[in-house]
Amino acid sequence: MNALQTILILAFAFLAVFGEALLPGVRRLLGAQVDLLPVLMVYAALNASLLTVTLLAVLGGLCFDALSANPLGITLLPLFTVGLAIFSKRELILHTLPFAQIVLGAAASAAVPALTVLLLLSGGQQPLLGWGSLWQWLVMTLGGAAAAPFVFALFAGCHHALGHPPRTETSFRADREIHRGRS
Amino acid sequence: MAKQKNYLAFGAVGLVALLMFSLPPETTNRIKQSIGSLFLPLVGVAGTAQQLPVAAADAILSRRGLLQLTETLRHENDQLKVQALQSAATLRENDQLRSWLGRQRELPWKLKFARVILRDPANWWHTVEIDLGSRDGITNNQPVLTAEGLVGRISSVALTRSQVVLLSDPNCKASGLVENPAHDIGVISVGGPLDPSLVHLIYLSGSANLKPGQNVFTSGLGGVFPKGIPIGQVVDSRPVDFGLYTEARVKLAANLGALEQVWVLMK
Repeated sequence: MNALQTILILAFAFLAVFGEALLPGVRRLLGAQVDLLPVLMVYAALNASLLTVTLLAVLGGLCFDALSANPLGITLLPLFTVGLAIFSKRELILHTLPFAQIVLGAAASAAVPALTVLLLLSGGQQPLLGWGSLWQWLVMTLGGAAAAPFVFALFAGCHHALGHPPRTETSFRADREIHRGRS
Repeated sequence: MAKQKNYLAFGAVGLVALLMFSLPPETTNRIKQSIGSLFLPLVGVAGTAQQLPVAAADAILSRRGLLQLTETLRHENDQLKVQALQSAATLRENDQLRSWLGRQRELPWKLKFARVILRDPANWWHTVEIDLGSRDGITNNQPVLTAEGLVGRISSVALTRSQVVLLSDPNCKASGLVENPAHDIGVISVGGPLDPSLVHLIYLSGSANLKPGQNVFTSGLGGVFPKGIPIGQVVDSRPVDFGLYTEARVKLAANLGALEQVWVLMK
């Protein structure tokens, strides 16, 4: 499942970035576009290998920056920082609980744009900021929180459909077999 | 050991990011365009999918409805033909007057139709991508407009698509001329991040007498936008910097939040 899981995560990231650029519905309705890459990073950091986390940060970030007016590569570091922070503590996180998924989705969706804007400002860029940005930040955070359980459920479904079925344990043990009769 | 791996991965990602930042802008633009072209098949599929409901609606239109629509369009076409004749006569007269005054003749605008295919996924930039590129003769800084007014300018060009930086983006500046007796001139600057239809007209003189509803056009200064493209209407104005300047809020004529089709002004 490992390679397939990585491929699925990267394909989802590619489609998520494209969807964000194609569909302006949420932006028209709420004034901000919800970014799914941080949520995906949370899933990858909790369930996949470090290589997958790294690939998602690099390829997802590059795809996002390619369709945006961002300088190329600016989204890599915030995405990877969030991913690595979760990855290094993942043994302590009860990632099957929806509450944990929501909290982590919200935290990642809040941290990634904040870090990206911070990097943009320190790089001398002038992004469009104002009091309305706080509302956009809130929408992104809540959108990420709401999307997290769905992303986890989607990947769980994919894992169930495409992964190997779990090995069933039987009560039969060869060393406990009682041989009847004379051998 | 696990920590070492984490540090290594962080170092690798940091290195990739540093490499991207240190590349010359032309190279990063090319890389961006190459990565962006990976999305082109999806753009095609999405375009076809969007056309399906339209095609389905067309298929079920009644003959009577079509005839009515044709009739309306015929009337509108006749009206526009008369207006075009009038405009042509005015243009001829204008050219004659300009030649008497020794001024250069104004060439009519040559426009190219384009569809908006993608929008900026980041909330802190206002840009869109259109389906015309360098193979269609598009170059950087060409003005982009709709029938209502100015939209922005071309900021980067790939073979089959281009990025348009909208008027509500910090990277698009235009010189605006207010249609009032003093013909006050200012610079169009960004409004807020939430409402792309409102921008600020800054650096107007302190004595500028602006009234709500006055039209704002491009002034032709700056060399990017030709004179006379409608930008919007003044909403309100206030003195800034102890009355040294006046600043006005301008409601854009074009609806930047719902752009579907635009026109690129060819040079």
